[in-house]
Amino acid sequence: MEYNVVTVSKLNTYIKEKFEEDEFLNNILVKGEISNFKHHYTGHMYFTLKDENSLIKCVMFKGYTDKLNFIPKDGMKVIILGTVSVFERDGVYQIYAKGMKQEGIGDLHAKYEELKAKLEKEGLFSEAHKKKIPFMPKCIGVLTSNTGAVIRDIINVATRRNPNVYIKLLPVPVQGAGAAEKIVKAIETMNEQKLADVIIIARGGGSLEDLWPFNEEIVARAIYASKLPIISAVGHETDFTISDFVSDLRAPTPSAAAELAVPRIEEIEQKLLTYKNRYKNALLKKLELINLRYQKCMASKVFKDPMQRINEQYMILDKFVKNLEYKIQSKLKDERTKMIKKVAKLDALSPLKTLTRGYTVTQYKGKVINSSKTLKLGDEIELTFSDGKNNAKIM
Amino acid sequence: MEEMNFEETMEKLEQIANTLEKGDLSLEESLVKFEEGMKLSKKCNEILENAEKKITILLSKEGELKEEEFKPEE
Repeated sequence: MEYNVVTVSKLNTYIKEKFEEDEFLNNILVKGEISNFKHHYTGHMYFTLKDENSLIKCVMFKGYTDKLNFIPKDGMKVIILGTVSVFERDGVYQIYAKGMKQEGIGDLHAKYEELKAKLEKEGLFSEAHKKKIPFMPKCIGVLTSNTGAVIRDIINVATRRNPNVYIKLLPVPVQGAGAAEKIVKAIETMNEQKLADVIIIARGGGSLEDLWPFNEEIVARAIYASKLPIISAVGHETDFTISDFVSDLRAPTPSAAAELAVPRIEEIEQKLLTYKNRYKNALLKKLELINLRYQKCMASKVFKDPMQRINEQYMILDKFVKNLEYKIQSKLKDERTKMIKKVAKLDALSPLKTLTRGYTVTQYKGKVINSSKTLKLGDEIELTFSDGKNNAKIM
Repeated sequence: MEEMNFEETMEKLEQIANTLEKGDLSLEESLVKFEEGMKLSKKCNEILENAEKKITILLSKEGELKEEEFKPEE
């Protein structure tokens, strides 16, 4: 058997022709993860598509890259439409990509928006339903993975703020199939057994797919139904999950959630001290005020010279008595004058005066006689003079 | 103390401080308020002092949750 010797170029051309004859390879959809991504200045994109076990080189020429609605990057899971062919110069086969979309992502976004709108309409995000986070929880329940930075960050921040903090970790898977169900169960368990005063649901950053359990309807409803207040801290500050909207408080990061759940003990102790001082000062001030009032009272004249007021009253009394005496005297004098005048008047009218001038009053049997005809001979009459009486007989 | 949580107690402490500082209570009423405030703040202090650091993990064992000490991996 004789072999035809061929050149490398001829071989590669041959192989290329074989590839191009194959219908399947000419129009293929491949899914995988992007790595070694390079966006060349010419506008072409060069990268490798891989899965757990294998990889293949890819190129996307400028004419196609313009149509992409996202910027590919390493680690992104994509589906590529293209042709598998051979690059003869290097002797490698690769995918000549014509189109590319992010795997699942479009669907997830749509699902997220749809569920968000639905739950919002139902009132699951309503502010009125949100429970108050206790100011000083005795026990903080944390639902997250028991490995990794999240629980460590929460413990570190919490113990820094309160060295005597009580944290209960109920470990749950935070991504992948079945995670949502486990998270729901954990929320229910915490509630049924009242294992904490507040719950932190936490997860580190990740892709939308990684965070997906926190966008599941069952998780949202479990959070809504929880009697224990829940702080949600899922992903980075820029990631918003449905859990964040429905929970009672959203923390931008797990560390921030610990800050929101645990008060700074130093501050509280300082506050308590301030209160005690305020009480003492207020009471001292009160005492001072009362003392001042007492001093003022004692300084008043009544207490300083009690007799003075009495003496003053005496003086007033004396004056009053004197006045009264004077008034009585003067009244007496008036009355006496009036009486003398009246007596004089009386004196002028008295018949005695007339008698002194030689007149007499004639009486017969006790009656005053003012006519000679009333008397007859022999009547005995009585004559009254100014200085006495005499009996006489009519002749 | 049981009927009032920590937050409510702190609010009460603030209230007492404001009432005392207003100064329109009688001396006797002031003393009662003062004592109440001192008692409440002491209780708060006691709660803080009596708290104990506990970091635990709840593990499901034979269908029951067991609380064990938890140390995060470094």
